[in-house]
Amino acid sequence: MFKVFTAFVKKEIFHIVRDTRTLYILFGMPLVLVLIFGFTISNEFKGASLTVYNAANDELSKNLVEKIKSSGHFNLVSNTHSISQLEEEFKAGTVKIGLVIPPNFELDFRKNKSTSIQIITDATEPNYATTLTSYASRMIKQFQLEHSGLQQVPFSISIETRMLYNPKLLGAYNFVPGVVALILMLTCAMMTSLTIAREKELGTMDLLLVSPLPPLLIIIGKVTPYAILSFISAVMVFILGYLVFDVPVIGSIGLLLASTFLYLVVALSLGVFISTKAKSQQVAMVVSMFALMLPTMLLSGFIFPIESMPDVLQFISRIVPAKYFILVEKSVMLKGAGLLSVYKQILVLFLMLFILLIATYKNFKVVYNK
Amino acid sequence: MRKLLYIVQKEFVQIFRNKAILPLLFIAPIAQLIVLSFAATNEVKDVKLAIVNQDKSSTSIQLIEKIRVADRFILSAMLDAHKQADKMLQDGSADIALVIPPNFEQTLHKDQNPQLQLLVNAINGQQATVGASYLATIIQTFNQQYVSENIPLTQLINLKNAGTIEIENSYWFNSSLNYKYFMIPGIMGELVTLLVMLLTAMNIVREKEVGTIEQINVTPIKKWQFILGKMLPFLIIGLFILTVGITIGKIIFDVPIRGNLAIVFAYCVLNISAVLGLGLFISNISNTQQQAMFTTFFFVIIFILMSGLFTPIESMPQWAQNLTLPNPVAHFVSVMRAVLLKNASFADVSYYFKITVVLAVLFNSLAIWSYRKVS
Repeated sequence: MFKVFTAFVKKEIFHIVRDTRTLYILFGMPLVLVLIFGFTISNEFKGASLTVYNAANDELSKNLVEKIKSSGHFNLVSNTHSISQLEEEFKAGTVKIGLVIPPNFELDFRKNKSTSIQIITDATEPNYATTLTSYASRMIKQFQLEHSGLQQVPFSISIETRMLYNPKLLGAYNFVPGVVALILMLTCAMMTSLTIAREKELGTMDLLLVSPLPPLLIIIGKVTPYAILSFISAVMVFILGYLVFDVPVIGSIGLLLASTFLYLVVALSLGVFISTKAKSQQVAMVVSMFALMLPTMLLSGFIFPIESMPDVLQFISRIVPAKYFILVEKSVMLKGAGLLSVYKQILVLFLMLFILLIATYKNFKVVYNK
Repeated sequence: MRKLLYIVQKEFVQIFRNKAILPLLFIAPIAQLIVLSFAATNEVKDVKLAIVNQDKSSTSIQLIEKIRVADRFILSAMLDAHKQADKMLQDGSADIALVIPPNFEQTLHKDQNPQLQLLVNAINGQQATVGASYLATIIQTFNQQYVSENIPLTQLINLKNAGTIEIENSYWFNSSLNYKYFMIPGIMGELVTLLVMLLTAMNIVREKEVGTIEQINVTPIKKWQFILGKMLPFLIIGLFILTVGITIGKIIFDVPIRGNLAIVFAYCVLNISAVLGLGLFISNISNTQQQAMFTTFFFVIIFILMSGLFTPIESMPQWAQNLTLPNPVAHFVSVMRAVLLKNASFADVSYYFKITVVLAVLFNSLAIWSYRKVS
C-alpha cells in the first residue's frame, strides 16, 4: 500500500514539475514579493517635494528655507509667487507641501515679535500630509528657538521614545511574516483546490477513484507535494528576510517551523474543502480569490491594522487563519516569545483545522463514496 | 463591421451564460469596493495604551486624564511596575506603554526637566510612529498649558519678548483628513484594471482549452476584428464597473467629485485598452487557464503594490519609481485622485494620457503579434 502511495505522490510531483511556469511562479512570487516589499515600501519619507512661496525674501526667511532644505526630508522643487500658482502645482501633483512666508517676515519677527507661516499640504493622502506637516512644524519651532535668543523653554517635559522590537522601524519586520502567510495560503489552498477541481473537470478524478487506493489516500497524495513545495518556499522567505533585510528569529526556530506547518495544514484542508464543493476550475478560482486571497491580504493585519476597522470587519477577521498565524510569527520571530505567549493562537488554529477536517470528511463521503 | 458586431454579440452571450464569472462581474466589484473602503484604512485609532504611573501625583493624574479624553487610545491597563508593561507589550495586549517616573511632579515643579518614557511596539512601523506622535502631541499640549499656568512673571515677559512664529496648517483637498476620500478613488481605478485584466487573460486561453479557437481560426474573420471583438465587451464592462463604483462612492461614502467626470471616463477608455492588450497577451502565451490565472496574479499583485494605492510612490527609491512607469494601475489611481479630489484639468493629467497611449500601443502590438504565433 505504501509503495502505491509513494508512486502516486511521485506522479503528482511530476505533474507539478512539468509545468515549469507554475513552478516559477510558485517560487518566484515569494521572492519578488519580499524584494518589492523590502525595497519599495517604507513608512519613512525622504525628499518630499516642497514648494516655497516666499513673499518676504529677506535674510531670515532665506535662512529658514535653507534649514528646511538641508534636513534631507524635503526636496525644494520650485519657488512659487502666488497662492494660485501654488494651487496649480498641487493639482499637477508636482508638490506635496507648500510653505507660505508672509511679507515683512523678518521685521515682524524681530520688531513686532510675532509672525506666522502657513504650511499647506496636499491632504489627499491624510497620513502623509499629517506626517509632513508635523516634520515641517517641528523644524520651524526649532528655528524659532534658535533665533529667539531663548535658551530653553522653562518647565519643559522631555519625552524619550523607544521603539521596541524594531528600533529602525523597518517595514521588513512587518511584511516578512505577512508574505509567508499569504504565500502559504496562495500555494497550498489555491493550488490544491484548483488541481483537484481540474481533475474533476477533465474526468481523471473518476479514473483515480476506481484505482485500488482509498479516496482518502488519493487526496493526501495530491496535497503532499504542495505541502512540501510550500514549506520550502516559506522557509526560503524566512531565510531571505534574514539575509537581505536582517529580520531576526529571536525565539525558537522549532516553534516557528512547527506553527508554520500547522498553518500549512490548515490551508491545505481549506483547499481540499473548497475543491469538494467546486465543480469547475473557474468556480474554484473565484471562491479561492474571494474567500482566501483577499481576506488573507486585507483582514489579517498584514497590510492594514485590524484595530482601525469597523466592528463587522474585526469580527470577520476572527475566522481568518492568517490573522492568528501572523501573530504567532511576529511574537516568536521578533519578540522572542515562547509557547506560553502564543498558545492561544495555536489552539485557535488547531480548532479551525479540526472543524475543517470534519466538514471536509462529511462532504467527501457524499462526493466520493457513492 | 458586421463581423465585428457578431463577435461582440457572441462574447456577451458567453459572458452572461457563465455562472462562475457573472458574480465576479456584478457582485464582486460592489462588495470589494465597500469592504476595501472600510478595511483599507491606515487611520490610527484604538491604540492600546498601558500606563505605568510611578508618580501618582495630581499632575500625572491630570496628564492621564488628558490622554483618556483623546479618542485615539484605549487605556488597557494602569500599572505600577515597568516589568508588567514589558509583558503586555510582548503578548500584544498593549501597543504603547507610557512610563511616568517617580517624583515626576516634583521635578517638574522644580523645573528640572522630568523625562517621560514611551515604549512602542514598533513592528508595525506606521501604527507605532503615528501613535507615538499623537501621544507626544498630547503631552506637549499638556506641557504648554502647564507652562502658561505656572510660569513666574519675569520669565513670562522674557518669553513674550522672544519673538514667535505661529504656524498655520491647511490641509487642502481633504480638510477633514478623511482616509476614505483618499482610498476610494484609488480602489475604483484598481478594481477596473484588475477585473478587466483577469477576465481577458482567462478569455482566449479558455477558447484554446475548450478547442473553439480552431473554429474561429478557420472563419474569414480578420485578426484585428477578432482582437477588437474580444476587447469591446470588456471595455463596456469596465466602463460599467467604473460608473457603478463612482455612484457607490458618492452615495455611500460621499466621496467628493470635484473635477470633470468626462476626463475620468476618457482616461478609463484609454487605460482599459492598454490593460486589455496586456490581458490578451497573457492569454495568448498561456496554455491552460491555471497558467493564465497565476501569471495574471503575479502581475496584479506587483501592479497593486507598486501603484501608490497603499503607500506613496514618492517614498520609494528612484529605481522603483521608474518601475511604476509601465504600471497602468499606478496611472489610473493617480488620475482618479487628481480629478476627483483636486479638480485637475486635462492639462494637469495629460502626462498620464500620453504615457498610457504609449502603453496601449505597446501592449496591443504584443497581443496581436503573439496571437499570430499560436494560431
